[in-house]
Amino acid sequence: MARVCFTPNLERHLACAAAEVSGTSVRDALDQVFENQQQLRGYVLDDQNRLRQHMVIFIDGKTIVDRVHLSDAVAPDSEIYVMQALSGG
Amino acid sequence: MSARLHVATRKGLFQLKRHSGQWSIGRHDFEGAHVSMSLHNPRNGMTYAALNHGHFGVKLHRSSDQGANWEELTPPAYPEGAVKGADPFTANGEPKPASLNEIWSLETGGRDQPDRLWCGTIPGGLFRSDDAGTSWQLVESLWNAPERMQWFGGGKDDPGIHSICVHPKNSQQVAVAISCGGVWVTQDDGATWNCQTTGMFAEYMPPEQAENPNVQDPHRMVQSPSRPDTCWVQHHNGVFRTTDGIQSWHAIEGIQPSKFGFAVAVHPQRPDTAWFVPAVKDENRVPVGGKFVIARTTDGGQSSQVLTRGLPTGKSYDIVYRHALDVDDSGDVLAVGSTTGNLWISEDGGDSWQTISSNLPPIYCVRFAKA
Repeated sequence: MARVCFTPNLERHLACAAAEVSGTSVRDALDQVFENQQQLRGYVLDDQNRLRQHMVIFIDGKTIVDRVHLSDAVAPDSEIYVMQALSGG
Repeated sequence: MSARLHVATRKGLFQLKRHSGQWSIGRHDFEGAHVSMSLHNPRNGMTYAALNHGHFGVKLHRSSDQGANWEELTPPAYPEGAVKGADPFTANGEPKPASLNEIWSLETGGRDQPDRLWCGTIPGGLFRSDDAGTSWQLVESLWNAPERMQWFGGGKDDPGIHSICVHPKNSQQVAVAISCGGVWVTQDDGATWNCQTTGMFAEYMPPEQAENPNVQDPHRMVQSPSRPDTCWVQHHNGVFRTTDGIQSWHAIEGIQPSKFGFAVAVHPQRPDTAWFVPAVKDENRVPVGGKFVIARTTDGGQSSQVLTRGLPTGKSYDIVYRHALDVDDSGDVLAVGSTTGNLWISEDGGDSWQTISSNLPPIYCVRFAKA
């Protein structure tokens, strides 16, 4: 099972515990998480289901390439880390 | 007289209450979050706050107990495949999807519509809810107007709907103002729309485009509750007024010390009385001469008074955005919030002002909880 983790900064707004998921793409993996946590979808993806502009996803330490379709491949033992890009002030 | 004021800021939503003749800051909700809009709906007692988390997007919250508890709602969303109007293509020719960037206006429906809300968004969407904000529908009749492709951003990257005026005696008649997209009016509850800017002109456009309705930049539009055929618009290059139900507009030249600004408020019982916050026009965007003042006209804009009592005596560079000037139901109490975090209240129609705070975050919106 792949593991999905979320930036602790999201915990301020809603619960988002790490989850074990199956699937072969980022989209598959996130959809499984969102099934149990509908509100979290809108914090990570925009209303067009793309990765939000200021969010970033790492798979095993590498940034995903496809921010629109979330088609980057996920291995069975991958760690997917969802965080916010550094910006602001 | 309203006794509660909501102040939406770059770092949360503040509530002020009036006790024993004094205004004081009470609740502070959503600390640290950009709150772009707030609304209290007296018809059902709900209070709303629109947030923009930056990283995590636009959110909408609702409270039935004046902010003690908040419920997160599903915010408006553009339909799948919706495409931005202005600047619709990427460098490689792909259409740019429309995606919710900001909730810029939020208004109640008519008195016969207790759970109706209207919501104006960037980029250029008008949404409607008939269940107190639980669900939202894009008003496709306006979104699909071919003229939308001419709209463009003014101050923001994309066009946005910032003013929604529901006729106080006929809730089927709604007018919206768009930066930059003119003033659109429906007479049939949103089934059909007309852009009605006859008499407005845009000095910033090429001369042959100056009277194009779809490129006008009304910064803010307010409707007189007591004589709804009268509306005031603080436009990018001046003040305009209609007295014939938005059939025609005429330029108002009498506002001192300048006709540029963002905010306007109209007296609830006197349609010829309105307030403005003048500034140097767009190349500078500072108070005229560094002197922060409020302007008031009581004669329909033929003349104006420059109100200064209680406002800063020295140089100040406060700018007041579109929604950061409000007047309560009595017409006596006004609130003004600035980008510099100053908040002033007047209880005598603007004759004199008291400073409530000089240390708030940048203020985007002030709204009295009205009856």
